[in-house]
Amino acid sequence: MTSLEELAAGLRTALGSDRVVSDRVELRTYECDGLAHYKVTPGLVVLPRDAGECARTVAACVAAGVPFVARGSGTGLSGGALPHADGVLIVTAKMRDILEVAPADERAVVQPGVINLQVTRAATAHGYYYAPDPSSQQICSIGGNVAENSGGAHCLKYGFTTNHVLGAEIVTPDGDLVELGGRAPDTPGYDLLGAFVGSEGTLGIATRVTVRLTRLPESVRTLLAAFATTDAAGAATSAIIAAGVVPAAVEMMDALAIEAAEAAVACGYPPGAGAVLIVELDGPAAEVAAQFAQVTALCEANGATELRIAADDAERALFWKGRKSAFAAVGRISPDYIVQDGVIPRTALPEVLHRIGEVAGAHGVRVANVFHAGDGNLHPLVLFDAATDGEAERAEEVSGAIIDLCIEYGGSITGEHGVGTDKAKYMPRMFTDDDLETMQLLRCAFDPAGLANPGKIFPTPRLCGEVPRRHSASDAPAPAEIF
Amino acid sequence: MDWRPATEDDHVAGVPARFVAAPGSTEEASELLRAAAAHDFAVVVRGGGTKLGWGPPPRRLDLIVDTHRLTGVVEHAAGDLITVLRAGTPLSTLDFGSQQLALDSPLPGATVGGSVAANISGPRRMLYGTARDLLIGITVVRPGGTVAHSGGKVVKNVAGYDLGKLFTGSYGTLGLITECAFRLHPVPPARAVVTRTVPASGLGALLAAVRDEQVVPSAVEVDRPPDGEVTVAVLVEGTAEGVRDRAARLEKVLGGQIGEPPSWWGAYPWQPGGTGLKLTAALSKVPDLVEAAAETGIRGSAGTGVLYAAVGSDQDAPRIVERLRAETVRAGGHTVVLTAPAEVRQAVDMWGPVPGLDLMRRVKDQFDPGHHFAPGRFVGGI
Repeated sequence: MTSLEELAAGLRTALGSDRVVSDRVELRTYECDGLAHYKVTPGLVVLPRDAGECARTVAACVAAGVPFVARGSGTGLSGGALPHADGVLIVTAKMRDILEVAPADERAVVQPGVINLQVTRAATAHGYYYAPDPSSQQICSIGGNVAENSGGAHCLKYGFTTNHVLGAEIVTPDGDLVELGGRAPDTPGYDLLGAFVGSEGTLGIATRVTVRLTRLPESVRTLLAAFATTDAAGAATSAIIAAGVVPAAVEMMDALAIEAAEAAVACGYPPGAGAVLIVELDGPAAEVAAQFAQVTALCEANGATELRIAADDAERALFWKGRKSAFAAVGRISPDYIVQDGVIPRTALPEVLHRIGEVAGAHGVRVANVFHAGDGNLHPLVLFDAATDGEAERAEEVSGAIIDLCIEYGGSITGEHGVGTDKAKYMPRMFTDDDLETMQLLRCAFDPAGLANPGKIFPTPRLCGEVPRRHSASDAPAPAEIF
Repeated sequence: MDWRPATEDDHVAGVPARFVAAPGSTEEASELLRAAAAHDFAVVVRGGGTKLGWGPPPRRLDLIVDTHRLTGVVEHAAGDLITVLRAGTPLSTLDFGSQQLALDSPLPGATVGGSVAANISGPRRMLYGTARDLLIGITVVRPGGTVAHSGGKVVKNVAGYDLGKLFTGSYGTLGLITECAFRLHPVPPARAVVTRTVPASGLGALLAAVRDEQVVPSAVEVDRPPDGEVTVAVLVEGTAEGVRDRAARLEKVLGGQIGEPPSWWGAYPWQPGGTGLKLTAALSKVPDLVEAAAETGIRGSAGTGVLYAAVGSDQDAPRIVERLRAETVRAGGHTVVLTAPAEVRQAVDMWGPVPGLDLMRRVKDQFDPGHHFAPGRFVGGI
């Protein structure tokens, strides 16, 4: 038997055969996550039902020297959950119990397979919700959110997953169960939880997560504003921020993205608009009323051609429908597309959009722009037809050039989708070798054998057995020289 | 490089240093720490010196790295609501006009780096979060001199590990912080504080009433002097119209008064040189903790479950720490002795039990294999 076959046999005995998938056809259903052009059939899939089973699975992998990859709902967009051909894919989808909703503590405790939106649904009756709201919130899991430090449209005001996770039980890459953080804030010691959130499955697997619940806002008001150009919409955004308003969300779509959304979900955006902004304010009623008047005036002053104010939740949902379905919607206007995720300083928005336009034009491909305008998080959708010779390559070049622009303007190669498999190659453009080596010290502390999601984030893995650079007195100046 | 032999003022929690050096840049700091490693120096980083008496004393000490030359605002991008600050910059000198770094420090004179390294927070953590939430990028010099960055200058960024969080609250045990990038917030045009004093047994009902009201306070603080009643003070910030309405609603539900922040607002309850505790609890257990802390009194953020107490008597300190520690553990939190006179330090476990110590030791071993940085100052003797 191969080591994987032995591992499978052992896990079947230990956990029960329904937990282990080794049928080739069934394995192929796990070959990719939300970034479908990377495909690897996993060597084995295990679906643990609880933390103990998850820990035993990891321990078995460690004993066999087999790599493992964690996967939640498989909605990730950077190939973070891309399986390892000779490894085990540990799927947390069966660990989906909400263990506790504690409104008096403003906390909920959930298993990693719980769907993001279910947390909010469970909390709403108590007057609370779970703030991070990635567009995939109807299907993405809390465990995946923790791994990716997921954001969402409302993170401009409310922050990211990392600001809303207070505690976690994790299986370390040694197979041990360890508690990080807790129900109260500021657990003494290193903030390992802060380091764990967003580590893309390379530091272990969360098996139980304590999240912060946020009091529902008393009032929510949403505005849809049409502009002739993205420049005008960008100027309105800048004016809102400069006025000291922190909206819950400021989202922008350009003409091509509007066209796609209209074709897909008939969201009724103003026809012919060069750009639309969705601005949402929430909070105490008197506060929202005062600021909403300000925001409306600023949109008008910056050339809004049409303003619509959501009269009720249904109309608000319609405004958001166009935005939240934008990625899938471009499928209506293009056979293939790449979803890019990059960040620029918000003030560079008009300039960067023009340069994206130039790059796209030069390569003969179209780019639809959808973004979180408030925080400069771009999601350009590079459209192409794989059936046309060379177009996929050109689209890939444009997509890469956009990332270069983000770096050039002092931004980031990813705002919320993660580095994963897709962007490891860009990491050296944003960070020095020393930066990357330093980050990997953390990985070596958690995972000296390098078995947890290997090959993700870092283009060049550091061997943890390497002796740290030693300094001897003979190759350094004496104190008197240096001081 | 600015350096000098140590004087008798250059000690850390009573442990004298041999040298003091003040690098003027990240590059100089790198050169300094390379030399320090070559000479096997034990190093403690000093900012404003406001928390040098915090934590257990270092096991050994050769060099104090003073950050008073690493000062200034590197960048303030107002339109992007971010700033980059050198670590030695005193928080009290920051002025971003209509914007603010929403990090309240109870310690006048504390620096940016020291506040991050000790994870200092104040009343408005309830709305804005703490250093870990506001920090978006960090530059550090590792023991041995390697310069490393993580994060960046944009608020939304998930590229690579978030070393800023690892260094926040690390008490200088992983290396020297030289620069921090933060997100900023607009300064709200209006604010109001509503206060009410009640017997400790009435606190739970008041806090629940404030929570129910959906007025989004920036802070909910409590103060209870030893054996006294509890004062609740709620801060709201926003537009003039909004604040007027919210404060009026709070006045009604609290049965309180609108006015200025009370004199104790944002200050630690202990005297300089005294024993100061940090007590954390799950929100629902805050009233129990406040009731249980009759002997010492208690103060802090009831809105987040992070409170502070002073222990007046050195002889009673071990007993009191043990009792409050048991109380906070029941409440889902921890008791840490932040600072104490030498006799008390020796008699109590300042950090108390900490989960995940094994992993923490492994992190320390990776970053500082020779245990040169603030040895013994942190949890579990790290």
